[in-house]
Amino acid sequence: MPKDHGIGASPKRREDLRFLTGNGNYTDDINLYGQTYVHFLRSDVAHGRLTSVDTSEAAKMPGVVRIFTGDDFAGIGGLPCGWQVTDKHGQPMQEPGHPVLAQGKVRHVGDPIAAIVAETYEQARDAAEAIVVDIEELPAVINMKDAVKEGAPLVHDDLTSNLCYDWGFVEENKAATDEAFKNAAHVTTLELVNNRLVANPMEPRVAVGDYNRSTDDSTLYTTSQNPHVIRLLMGAFVLGIPEHKLRVVAPDVGGGFGTKIFHYAEEAFCTFAARQIKRPVKWTSSRSEAFMSDAHGRDHVTKIELALDADNNFMAVRTDTYANMGAYLSTFAPSVPTWLHGTLMAGNYRTPLVYVNVKAVFTNTVPVDAYRGAGRPEATYQLERVIDKAARELGVDPIKLRRQNFISEFPYQTPVAVVYDIGDYTATMDKLEEIADLSGFEARRKASEAKGKLRGLGVNCYIEACGIAPSNLVGQLGARAGLYESATVRVNATGSISVMTGSHSHGQGHETAFPQVIAEMLGIDESMIEIVHGDTAKGPMGMGTYGSRSLAVGGSAMVRATEKIINKAKKIAAHLMEASDADIEVKDGKFHVAGTDKSVAWGDVTLAAYVPHNYPLDDIEPGLEETALYDPSNFTYPSGAYACEVELDPDTGRVTIERFSAADDFGNIINPMIVSGQVHGGIGQGIGQALLEGAVYDENGQLLTGSYMDYAMPRANDVPFYAVDHSCVTPCTHNPLGVKGCGEAGAIGSPPAVVNAVIDALHSAGKTHITHIDMPLSPNRVWTAMNA
Amino acid sequence: MYNFDLVRPTTIADAVAAMGQEGAQALGGGQTLLPTMKQRLASPETVVSLTAIGEMQGVCISDDGKLCIGGATPHAVVAREAGSKYPGLAGLASHIGDPAVRARGTIGGSLANNDPSACYPSAALASGATIITNTREIAADDYFQGMFTTALEEGEIITEVRFPIPEVSNYQKFEQPASRFALVGVFVAKYADGVRVAVTGASEEGVFRWSEAEAALGKDFSASALEGLTVPADGMIGDLHGSKAYRAHLVGVMTKRAVTAAA
Repeated sequence: MPKDHGIGASPKRREDLRFLTGNGNYTDDINLYGQTYVHFLRSDVAHGRLTSVDTSEAAKMPGVVRIFTGDDFAGIGGLPCGWQVTDKHGQPMQEPGHPVLAQGKVRHVGDPIAAIVAETYEQARDAAEAIVVDIEELPAVINMKDAVKEGAPLVHDDLTSNLCYDWGFVEENKAATDEAFKNAAHVTTLELVNNRLVANPMEPRVAVGDYNRSTDDSTLYTTSQNPHVIRLLMGAFVLGIPEHKLRVVAPDVGGGFGTKIFHYAEEAFCTFAARQIKRPVKWTSSRSEAFMSDAHGRDHVTKIELALDADNNFMAVRTDTYANMGAYLSTFAPSVPTWLHGTLMAGNYRTPLVYVNVKAVFTNTVPVDAYRGAGRPEATYQLERVIDKAARELGVDPIKLRRQNFISEFPYQTPVAVVYDIGDYTATMDKLEEIADLSGFEARRKASEAKGKLRGLGVNCYIEACGIAPSNLVGQLGARAGLYESATVRVNATGSISVMTGSHSHGQGHETAFPQVIAEMLGIDESMIEIVHGDTAKGPMGMGTYGSRSLAVGGSAMVRATEKIINKAKKIAAHLMEASDADIEVKDGKFHVAGTDKSVAWGDVTLAAYVPHNYPLDDIEPGLEETALYDPSNFTYPSGAYACEVELDPDTGRVTIERFSAADDFGNIINPMIVSGQVHGGIGQGIGQALLEGAVYDENGQLLTGSYMDYAMPRANDVPFYAVDHSCVTPCTHNPLGVKGCGEAGAIGSPPAVVNAVIDALHSAGKTHITHIDMPLSPNRVWTAMNA
Repeated sequence: MYNFDLVRPTTIADAVAAMGQEGAQALGGGQTLLPTMKQRLASPETVVSLTAIGEMQGVCISDDGKLCIGGATPHAVVAREAGSKYPGLAGLASHIGDPAVRARGTIGGSLANNDPSACYPSAALASGATIITNTREIAADDYFQGMFTTALEEGEIITEVRFPIPEVSNYQKFEQPASRFALVGVFVAKYADGVRVAVTGASEEGVFRWSEAEAALGKDFSASALEGLTVPADGMIGDLHGSKAYRAHLVGVMTKRAVTAAA
């Protein structure tokens, strides 16, 4: 009998009622008295020298309040980068400035040149057309390998080249890795592209800046996954506003997928301009603007080599990757191709030697940063593709080859710095074979062939490092922030509870799942517990939601705070029942004296805390509110095995996903329904990357896929009914809930399964010369490969 | 969007008068024009909405047995009401865009715009339809004159489209993955006096008739009659979503499928 409440139950998401009935409170729903509107005049060339920006006529246009240009930000900080990578020579990365509005040069299509603040949005747009911009166009650098050639045009004139860093990991392993390749019985090599993606959350970015003249306080309402981080970055590094005079609110947010982690120019502008004009300033991104101003994701070009011995044991992995940074360093961009990517290159396998080289490159394109999975999908894709290719070259079953090389003893020290605390990769593969009905595949292939279609099966594993992250470790790796999380559990007089969490929910269902944990601990009804998030004025400093960290880190903080609540409440209950607090037990919302029938209700204890007439005032303070900050001692390592079956129409090259199965080990599960939903969504995005999505620039730096007319998003009929299972559980060993995180798994694990399946389908028809097709596997690309 | 005046006449005569003003632009369902205006890529001074004109609405059969569709009739109405009379055309209409597009977009708007990837031009051309305007009747063979180009004069309004009903017909669309417009769409219509095949989405010249296929199918209306026939890749559209060679190949595949589905 499934549970109907507490940990392991699947209550419906309480937040969905407001989302589905149009009652959500999104940033664009916030309208303040006296509000003005800003429109950003953006560069339509990828690279050029700004020789003049004449706003004199535009400033006289109806409704214009004020026009800002880069000059208005002279002496004001640029957008900071939150992570410093050290290159293979021990030198810090090249770190260019990132002005709020362009100064001197424009560096990508969409780079903001001027900001027009007006009484209405249309007036601002009208005025933008009257601004005379003179740009001396420069040759654009788009292709990464061209960008690092001698003599390439420089994106940033003050840097020595377009190379941000050349990173070697682990540099000490390089010689031994090269030696292993010399001694290998077989080497498989694969060159591939991890396609550039645009996150496309349903809600575009929005910012509203407000300024209170009487208190000198600034408030920014913004579409963010981490309002405290924005307050710190914008307050301390850009605008010089101390935390106590700056409030950042991220109310309901309609999807983030990583691209709403970062601190953007538009947020800083609205906050700055509101102080200047002493009126609220609002910006709402259009979808077209989102394509050219939201940080993009992925965009790696990689060569990977896998060395195997005569018994098909993995000996070594060597990779060479170019990672696109775009025109500027977005907030966490340098960490993605390095510490979120290189550390996962061991995958689920005993590979004693791994060497990863990453060259991060500036180009005249939109900045690239974390997107669902961030580095880990890139690692998984190349590793699981090269293993599949190796299996074909060796003529061995790809599942058997993986099983043979699985890590099976934990904790496991990988050659790429991280220590996997626990996992069971054989168990998830066994489960996958069951739920995917792999034994029935040949019959399904015959059925497909009978109707003129090819059918392919692709299988792969994945592992990810989530629960980001131990602060002392990431500090050594270059993070300029800690990555703990906070929670304040405020028990009110009548026993209801408000939990102020530093985690931010933008679709994840925290408002439903987090109360399940506290309800389980206290034995009270979930409806008594409310999750408060997204407002720096309401909760303690927190780090926000990304990297599948909310439950593992934020949830752990909440557990620690609740434990403190229980300890204090026990003392109060003991006093009320004239017992020893060591004898008090919490059960079903009551405090019992062990071994007796004496008990006192939760509400009586909480009331006593706030009406302390009969209260142990000599021992403890009145009130019942506790805060905890939790800093994890390790990453968590969710893992799993995925299978995809495709049908391929040989006449058109069109691929359809017929079955998709996922067996995941997320550790303990709080709300299985929400976990399934997260996996469904992640796989949907992975299928989108594999078959449909891809941001493409032409050689002049124009974004060819700047709207939904050319950027293909997955739709409901592009995805199948999924078979997902998360019954394989190896609880995380180092957090109090034993949880690992589930938000990114689907997006990490699914692209290689799709591509492996397509290659399998092609090989079934004798097209064995096709060993790889780059994503997205559009009909055009597949047909072209088949007919090359 | 720039400011503009909106007029919503209820008769064709009033619409024609309104279209005579400087900077006037006819508005059907707005599925192309409104996004273009929102992007500030079009700036009509007066928008003349044609959707309130009763005499331009609806689907009926004329005395000589042709299917007549009012120029301002939305795709969803065609999909619903033409089904028993001209299933091939109703099938095409039922797969244009999504439900929201089909509820607003009109046949007259689609044909007047003549987007090279739109569905309706292939049906009109393959049916040998007659485009009826406020001033004249234009045969489909004379009407389509290249991408976004038609025989319409300035201010001329499509009031009705008249389709001879074929014995059998079918439309096969291979969707562009992003826009879901036709990467290649082929409409095949078999009449007592011959077969007509019209291709949309593929050519740099817009919708066109594939005469070799028509001749072959006129002798033998079966997919096998098309074996060995190809259209040249030269002149096809080549872009991110499909090379010239791929589109030329798809013309053959989709034509065969349309014939098989129709037969």
